[in-house]
Amino acid sequence: MASESIPLTLHKNPLSVVYEWLATVDHKKIGIMYIVYALLFLVVMGIEAILMRIQLAHANSTFLSPQVFDRLFTLHGTTGIFFVAMPILFGFGNYLVPLMIGARDMAFPRLNAFSFWMTALGGLILYGSVFAGGPLSQAGSAPDVGWFAYAPLTSPAFSPGHSTDYWTLSLLVAGVGSIGAAVNFVATILAMRCEGMTLGRMPLFSWMNLVMGGLVLVTISPLTAAQIMLMVDRYIGGHFFDTDAGGSVVMWMHFFWIFGHPEVYVLIIPCFGFVSEIIPVFSRKAMFGYPAMVAATVSIGFVSLGVWAHHMFTVGMPSYGNAFFVLTTMVVAVPTGIKIFNWLATMWGGKIRFATPMLFCIAFLFQFLIGGLTGIMLATAPFDWQLGNSYFVVAHFHYIIVGGILFTIFAAFYYWYPKMTGRMLDETLGKWHFWLFVIGFHLTFDFMHVPGLLGMPRRVYTYEANRGWQSWNMISSIGAAVQAIAILIFVYNMVQSYFKGAPAGNDPWDAWTLEWATTSPPPDYNFAMVPAVQSRRPLWDIKHPEDPDWKYE
Amino acid sequence: MRKKTVRSWLGFSALILAAIFSAAGAAFADSRSPDLSPTNIFAPDSTPAHSIFRVSMFGLEVEGAIFVVVFSLLAYAVVKFRQRKGDDDVEPAQVYGSNQMELAWTVLPVLIVVVLFLSTAQVIHRVQDAKRPDDAIQVTVTAHQFWWEYSYPQYDFVASNELHVPVSDPQHPTPTYLALLSADVDHSFWVPRLAGKTDLIPNHPNSMWIDPQETGLFLGQCAQYCGVQHAKMLLRVYVQSRPDFDRWVHEQQQPAVSDPSVAAGRAMFQAKLCFICHTIRGTPAAGKVGPDLTHLMSRDTIGSGSVPNTPENLRKWIRNPGTFKPGSLMPPQDLTDQELDQIAAYLETLR
Amino acid sequence: MSATGIEIPARAAAWKLPSRGRVGMLCLILAESAIFAIFIAAYIFYIGKSLSGPTPRQILTVPIVTSVGLWLSSFTIHWAVSALAKGKTALFAALWFITLALGAFFIAGTAREWRHLIFDEGFTIQTNLFGTTYYALVGLHASHVIIGLLALTVVMIFALFGKVKPEHHERCEILSLYWHFVDVVWVVVFIVVYGLS
Repeated sequence: MASESIPLTLHKNPLSVVYEWLATVDHKKIGIMYIVYALLFLVVMGIEAILMRIQLAHANSTFLSPQVFDRLFTLHGTTGIFFVAMPILFGFGNYLVPLMIGARDMAFPRLNAFSFWMTALGGLILYGSVFAGGPLSQAGSAPDVGWFAYAPLTSPAFSPGHSTDYWTLSLLVAGVGSIGAAVNFVATILAMRCEGMTLGRMPLFSWMNLVMGGLVLVTISPLTAAQIMLMVDRYIGGHFFDTDAGGSVVMWMHFFWIFGHPEVYVLIIPCFGFVSEIIPVFSRKAMFGYPAMVAATVSIGFVSLGVWAHHMFTVGMPSYGNAFFVLTTMVVAVPTGIKIFNWLATMWGGKIRFATPMLFCIAFLFQFLIGGLTGIMLATAPFDWQLGNSYFVVAHFHYIIVGGILFTIFAAFYYWYPKMTGRMLDETLGKWHFWLFVIGFHLTFDFMHVPGLLGMPRRVYTYEANRGWQSWNMISSIGAAVQAIAILIFVYNMVQSYFKGAPAGNDPWDAWTLEWATTSPPPDYNFAMVPAVQSRRPLWDIKHPEDPDWKYE
Repeated sequence: MRKKTVRSWLGFSALILAAIFSAAGAAFADSRSPDLSPTNIFAPDSTPAHSIFRVSMFGLEVEGAIFVVVFSLLAYAVVKFRQRKGDDDVEPAQVYGSNQMELAWTVLPVLIVVVLFLSTAQVIHRVQDAKRPDDAIQVTVTAHQFWWEYSYPQYDFVASNELHVPVSDPQHPTPTYLALLSADVDHSFWVPRLAGKTDLIPNHPNSMWIDPQETGLFLGQCAQYCGVQHAKMLLRVYVQSRPDFDRWVHEQQQPAVSDPSVAAGRAMFQAKLCFICHTIRGTPAAGKVGPDLTHLMSRDTIGSGSVPNTPENLRKWIRNPGTFKPGSLMPPQDLTDQELDQIAAYLETLR
Repeated sequence: MSATGIEIPARAAAWKLPSRGRVGMLCLILAESAIFAIFIAAYIFYIGKSLSGPTPRQILTVPIVTSVGLWLSSFTIHWAVSALAKGKTALFAALWFITLALGAFFIAGTAREWRHLIFDEGFTIQTNLFGTTYYALVGLHASHVIIGLLALTVVMIFALFGKVKPEHHERCEILSLYWHFVDVVWVVVFIVVYGLS
């Protein structure tokens, strides 16, 4: 165990600190920049959500104009996927993967920095649109075509001005960053593992980032291609999506969803990684069925590439086309279910400690189960003919993104904040955060399913009073306020604990993977001596020399 | 301390579950009632909607069963295997996996998928590949930003925004087949009680069918984001008895009423260039950009279902559609009060 | 980390991992292949769907000479890298130069073809669906060739100053992977554009 690392830098002038961060190629600093960047945008998209929920709380509300509302939901979706979820997961991956595999940094540190700054630039371009063009009260020239920007709404005829171009350009730039990050993850995991760490011995979080990286490579590129085509249409008179020239707007849908569906697996798979690290530690048991978990994740990665047109069941594909995508979509539920069962089996027979990270993981299991089941409902195409493009879908994907992804991200914060800062987050505040967020989440998103079942389509700035949707919308809006309070408590916890939190030490959770074998925070070089491992839980082997894992693996 | 945490956790989760289930239960208890909402998907009144309802119920039963089983396991595990006081030091038995269990919880879900898939595929085929009978009513629906155009090729007239179809007797069905086109961007036709939604996409004709089994008014709205007034592109489907439907068809087929007392208004309609966008059959006005106004007063609403068709609303609409639908493609009209009165008076004769 | 009498299993064989440069380049190739796949899908989908304007048969001439040149350059770059590995730096420089020249010859041929199509035939990216998909796909490929040429040129300059040594052969090999990728893509694009249409 390395002793307390000696601070290598003494009192520094602020300018050199700023330069140090701007010019860093260290994976830990880059990871933290990704995370902080994402948290800022999480607050922004939360504000967007609150504004929309205020507008939707009453039928025929005039709180927001339709133009502003349309920009808000476009920004909210685009920000959430590209400038919150992806950066925060790249951030955690960047910080943790080299530590977990016993490496000193990522494979390509300069590419790492470049990728972060490209992503950051993308976000600035997108929000630059709010201050460009039109008046600020109308949200400037922000895009208003929805986050999936269907053609021909994005054609010059129906999207005059530059709002759509801000969407396209910001995502092209961020996409370059994502591909760079993915190249780095795959190369790091394949080429930089410490001695003894075969692929079958690396932490599941590392496996998840490997699959995620591979998926990003073949997922973001179709979006990049489609956006280049869109720019050709908009700027140099091309006809890719021009129906007057015989073009097909359905082709945009295909290309977009070939990106869009695997993208959600890109987001959830690292979260599976968080859960696979946290549940074993807080159940005091090894992960049940490690090989099955790996196999399931890899198959999810592959199958997810073949389900995209379940977003297009209402577009008028022939019956056998629809049936094919029903089948593939249902098939992807099988490996997903396998993972849920393996997590349950890990908890089974354990000694569960209900610290805040574990609370968030247990809630994740409950919510991911429900979200997965509503997903199966939507996979039955005829049901989707009713529920597609309705608030049921909005409820379903928020169940997965908030109830699944965000909950596990909170778990990851509480688990790894001590490693990153050397301080524990406050458990009492953590529990307040957890319970308030659970209540707010369920208020908003459980009841949001009902308007969908009662015929409410999505992306509507208001609705008729006679539809019977108002009370349900009101409850959802109240839940949003409760979630906002919970997030404020979380932010306060993080800031306060940075200065006043209990010192964490190397290994506050009595965990088993390599990141806990070095100081909190780790020194720049990560490990004084590059470790060699003999099993999946090197620290378990050290703590239990009479019963090491490598005897059983 | 830990026991309290677990108990309060259980208490909370029980509360939340109770809330969810009672809401769901309430929804389901009245779920088949159109009183809960005129657009309730669980109140089907047409064969496609019924087929969807049946396969969804089957699916819900399967999914509900899965939820109960997995949730029970989770709840049990959380309670039974929590760390108890005074038990800190000894790690539990480390179990690394079990091939039999992996096999079991792979095979069982695969079987469930097969069952769900087969029942789903059957309904897809039944709805999408249904043969159109020769005596089906045919309507060509063309979606515009932000209104609906209904052309009845068999009867040679065009109506707007309010679709009339004959009721269908389940014993001898007389379905209505809708050909779905778009004049501009993507839209979607969704009247939940009659059928699932189908999109209207430029250069990509689609079709769907309905056979409503009760007379009455069925509501819906556009379900694919189509621009700033997507929210107010409402649908109204009037299902009528056969005699009533035939009478409506006959009325719609007539050219516009030509009332001499509003000749001034008719001239003003031409002078103010309304004819560029609107058609009034039997007059030179033949614009295709906006709704056909030949029988404007036969409709209950204007603004694609969003505004009741009263004289006052009509005047407000003509002066500035943006008062009801900001962003509507009809621009505000620069009219004096007298000009507005004349045009409105003229339009009010178009029964 | 303190070790107190831990049992250690028998040492496995020497720890060997793939080279990160190679993995990185293969990842990049995977991502680029996906981009090309989408453009190729669009091209194939739109075959025969143009409402007006010239068809491929009417207007395209098969650029067989420049294409063969480009494919030959895959061999020359492969030989160049082998030569470098064996220490024959002069041969390496010569073969590398020939690779560069064949690539430049390909681009010159494409430029000539396009000049003829645009200025003599009036056929542009705006003409019809075929025009849009043709210029986009061939242009995407050409831009990748140009990027490759820039990289090759940088190495050429280093080689001319005698800075490229046998120990650099692996880096050159990784760069050559990119060049092979560009050539393989051209096989597919060639078949789709000049064969299928």
